Amino acid sequence: MRSTRVVLYLLVTVLAAFYLLPLAVVALNSLRSTRDIFGNGMIGLPHGLELDNFSQAWSGLCIAEHCTGIRGYMLNSMIMTIPATLISTFFGALIGYAISLWRFRGDLWVFGIITLGVFLPEQMKLVPWVLVLRDLGLFNSVAGLVLIHVVQGLSFTTLFCRNYYVGIPQELMKAAKIDGAGFFRIFWRIVLPLSPPILIVTIIWQFTGIWNEYLYGVTFASGPNQPVTAALIALAVSVSEAPQYGVQSAAVLIAAAPTLFVYLIGGKYFMRGLTAGAVK
Amino acid sequence: MAALSIRGLRKKFGPVDVLKGIDLEIDSGDFTVLVGPSGCGKSTLLNIIAGLESATAGEIEIGERLVNDVAAKDRDIAMVFQSYALYPTMTVRQNITFGMECRHVPKAKQAEAVDRVARLLQIEPLLNRKPGQLSGGQRQRVAMGRALVRDPKLFLFDEPLSNLDAKLRVEMRMEIKQLHARIGATIVYVTHDQIEAMTMATRIAVMHQGEVQQFADPDTIYHRPANLFVARFMGAPPMNTMTARLEGGDSGPVAVLGKGEQAIRLPAPASVDRQWLGRNVVLGIRPECIAEPSRQFGEDPAGRLIITAPVELTEPNGAETIVMLRVGDEKMLARVAPDTRLLPGQLAQFAADARKICLFDPATERLIA
Repeated sequence: MRSTRVVLYLLVTVLAAFYLLPLAVVALNSLRSTRDIFGNGMIGLPHGLELDNFSQAWSGLCIAEHCTGIRGYMLNSMIMTIPATLISTFFGALIGYAISLWRFRGDLWVFGIITLGVFLPEQMKLVPWVLVLRDLGLFNSVAGLVLIHVVQGLSFTTLFCRNYYVGIPQELMKAAKIDGAGFFRIFWRIVLPLSPPILIVTIIWQFTGIWNEYLYGVTFASGPNQPVTAALIALAVSVSEAPQYGVQSAAVLIAAAPTLFVYLIGGKYFMRGLTAGAVK
Repeated sequence: MAALSIRGLRKKFGPVDVLKGIDLEIDSGDFTVLVGPSGCGKSTLLNIIAGLESATAGEIEIGERLVNDVAAKDRDIAMVFQSYALYPTMTVRQNITFGMECRHVPKAKQAEAVDRVARLLQIEPLLNRKPGQLSGGQRQRVAMGRALVRDPKLFLFDEPLSNLDAKLRVEMRMEIKQLHARIGATIVYVTHDQIEAMTMATRIAVMHQGEVQQFADPDTIYHRPANLFVARFMGAPPMNTMTARLEGGDSGPVAVLGKGEQAIRLPAPASVDRQWLGRNVVLGIRPECIAEPSRQFGEDPAGRLIITAPVELTEPNGAETIVMLRVGDEKMLARVAPDTRLLPGQLAQFAADARKICLFDPATERLIA
């Protein structure tokens, strides 16, 4: 028994190390100077702390010939991700509530069709979205990306919320109906106050997903309108001058920070919420 | 005045007939209990009265207003649920005022109504707590408070005591009965527990397989069950029902149980139709009508007789002892005084009260006398 435990721990540690190695390299390089990296190789411990990398990445780095750092792109990502997360979560809750607690003819079909979106690959939807954004005049705008992420996100948010709400006892709904509450009053006063566990899960899921999304970002926005994930790609292709690995590493870390932050503060609710189904 | 009338009510779920034509007339101030085994349709009936489900056919009037197409919230009813259905994120006070809030009752009036109900149910100290911080009995009270605060035409109770432990259930049973006596409300109460029905109701509707088997006051239900289902469902232990042969006698008809020397001859009700003489009937006799030989039943000695039968089993419960006797091929339960010592296998004497014997048609199972 003891030996299997040792083997198990060993295996898990090796896997974790393997998985975390790229992050470690990026984190270390973000603190190294360009000369250090060129002199001692891509992988190595820093000789001195080059904190200037971060301020360079934030406001000086050249991306696609604009030397303004990733500041503007971070802002784009923020004003795309926050509204898209909140709006898709809100409507997911509303639809999930309607499907699970106001049973109507064909409700399970509606649910099935909405959740089908979970399984559709992004690439498949590129052309339809091109047409929609063109007709709405939202091409190359953050608003267009918000619209895409809200609509795409509804599949997941509806699925999460509906599966949580089916645990709410039907008698609660009956009591509220007899008390004289209608669809929206029951939602605001009874269902939403019961929802924080699933809303936290949904928000983390949506925030990470939308923030890290790349395909739509790079397809539907260009130049200064791009979200940070799309902008960072330009780093890899700008090989005209000597690569600044230290600054680039710092930029990647800054770009990844918001989702890490959300995960660190909400992670325990996330784990709890994914397993907790019922409202007791 | 009829507080609630139901005429020809039917409900189908797909191909299944859940309610097969219910007719009930409930007077204002009545405490009506719908009782029956699970699956008999009593909860469906209550939900239809409440407007939470729709009827397939038939009419429902509340306070002489046809409500078939009226939404639950506009039927002027209040309902108490088995799970209490308290809103978990609201305080007790908010739970009680939620209905008034939905109806835009002014805040001052709401507060007044909460105070009145909280005093009535003695839940004043709980008003600022959440349902999760209450015990089962307290939740039960709050659920009743939520119903009472509205002062509706009709109260509906859906098995409100079945989630409580036995002791608390008895206490709450008495409280609900007292409450009814005090406020004189019209109540329709659903339960599967026939003791709850007997103790609280002014009228009982016994339901089985989507039909009302009998709708009467508790005494009639208990002593004159309309059919064998009611006879066997009401009472714990239930009425003994055994095949007997009806014979004519000098002083009226006689029901003969068993054969030969050990046959027991009981005087049958004189009201039985003569066509039954010489035929088999089902005889019903309550266990409390068979007791230890020294027992007197009422002032009048007529109708009391002594029978002899072998004892099969005894079940002492402190207040009395239930004895299982063998009569012919069938078993019969008796309730004897707890100090009566009987042994299984022993041949013993019992006093029987023949005045409350019921006779049923063995084919239709209906009461014939």
